Amino acid sequence: MEVKRGASQAGAFEQVVLPHLDAAYNLARWLVRNTHDAEDIVQEAYLRAFKFFGGYQGGDARAWVLKIVRNTSYTFLEKNRPADLSEEFDEKVHTDTAEQPGAEAALLQSADTRMVREALAELPVNFREVIVLRELEGMSYKEIAEVMGKPIGTVMSGLARGRAQLRDHLVQMRPEVRGKVRTKVSNEPPDEAEEQLGLPK
Amino acid sequence: MACQNNELLLPAYFDGELDLVRNIEFEDHLRTCPLCAQHLSELQAMRSSIQSANLYERAPESLRSRIRAALPAEARPQPIAMPRRRTFEWLAVAAAILIAVVLGAKMLPNIGAEKQNLVAEEIVASHIRSLQPGHLYDVESTDQHTVKPWFDGKLDFAPPVVNLADQGFPLIGGRLDYVGHRNVAALVYQRQKHFINVFVWPEDSKPANPPSTQTIQGYNLVFWSHNGMYFCAASDLNLAELRQFTQLLER
Repeated sequence: MEVKRGASQAGAFEQVVLPHLDAAYNLARWLVRNTHDAEDIVQEAYLRAFKFFGGYQGGDARAWVLKIVRNTSYTFLEKNRPADLSEEFDEKVHTDTAEQPGAEAALLQSADTRMVREALAELPVNFREVIVLRELEGMSYKEIAEVMGKPIGTVMSGLARGRAQLRDHLVQMRPEVRGKVRTKVSNEPPDEAEEQLGLPK
Repeated sequence: MACQNNELLLPAYFDGELDLVRNIEFEDHLRTCPLCAQHLSELQAMRSSIQSANLYERAPESLRSRIRAALPAEARPQPIAMPRRRTFEWLAVAAAILIAVVLGAKMLPNIGAEKQNLVAEEIVASHIRSLQPGHLYDVESTDQHTVKPWFDGKLDFAPPVVNLADQGFPLIGGRLDYVGHRNVAALVYQRQKHFINVFVWPEDSKPANPPSTQTIQGYNLVFWSHNGMYFCAASDLNLAELRQFTQLLER
């Protein structure tokens, strides 16, 4: 049911929902990877949020708003860029990096801004969103689950796989690292060394 | 071979999602498992490079005003009264006030300035809530020039923001909060392992007859006015250090 509301409700909306505009924009911007579309999506999401504000039961306003932003973004992607949604994590290429915790901490720490931005933007959308909500928005697993409308287990596995893939992207972006690591295992044939590191051929 | 704990416990530990007991157990495990320790340092390294890359995309001002302009237009056309909902809302408000008063009276047998105590109770509740994972700040930054502009357009006043890192109280972030029926700024500082929330709002809406300090449920509160703003610092830090901190802020 669509209901027009009075000015007092608009005031409450301004106080409760509008403060989360940055969070809304950040999520949309990372989901659709384009500033212009993100602005349109956030505006549409906010108008929808206003319409549904009567159904807002109190509680975590940020999660409530972000859920609407997320749904609006996904609808946009389905309609305009279905390929973005079908990107799948390639298990064959990316082996489970948790099994080879290399000595890459220093490297990961020194990754520059552009690399990190690119690596995150390249993640499949379902992994990208958990990383954005966790690392940029600082949300708890429970809050992320609420935004995504999925169980906490899904959040955790998405986060683990997203992080593994992000790590792989960052490692791959540094050609000198591949060289460096390879010299460490120089008695091995290069192919096998790459296999062990979980790097794509 | 991978450690079993890598899969579930490590990320949950890293993300602050473990309860106290499991947290302690996992820290014990970390001391004896180089695999987990190494993996943890990778996760930390990756987080710090994400943080320092400033990937957070803030809404452009034009979008904020575009949405503001669109909203009242939606709101105005037909202010239809909805009797059932309204009644329910008022009942809910009345019940909430009743509960707040009863709770307030129960916890504080010697109510002097009731309003002040309600505000103090709210501040302690906000402080505790802020310490739960993911609630401490909306904007994470040690830079006052990032935190202060972040409040622009979110509040009807500009809170003073200073970093006291050199004096041992680094600023770590800020967030919006709601105290005494208005939006307030909350600035988050750290003293070793203690967090300090400083709530700031304009002096004209401060409670009547405020005390200068108060202790509720083990949390110390210090209240003061300065340059037209009203402040309350809340922390589990001891009162002496908290006072030292508030004096630095007043300078």
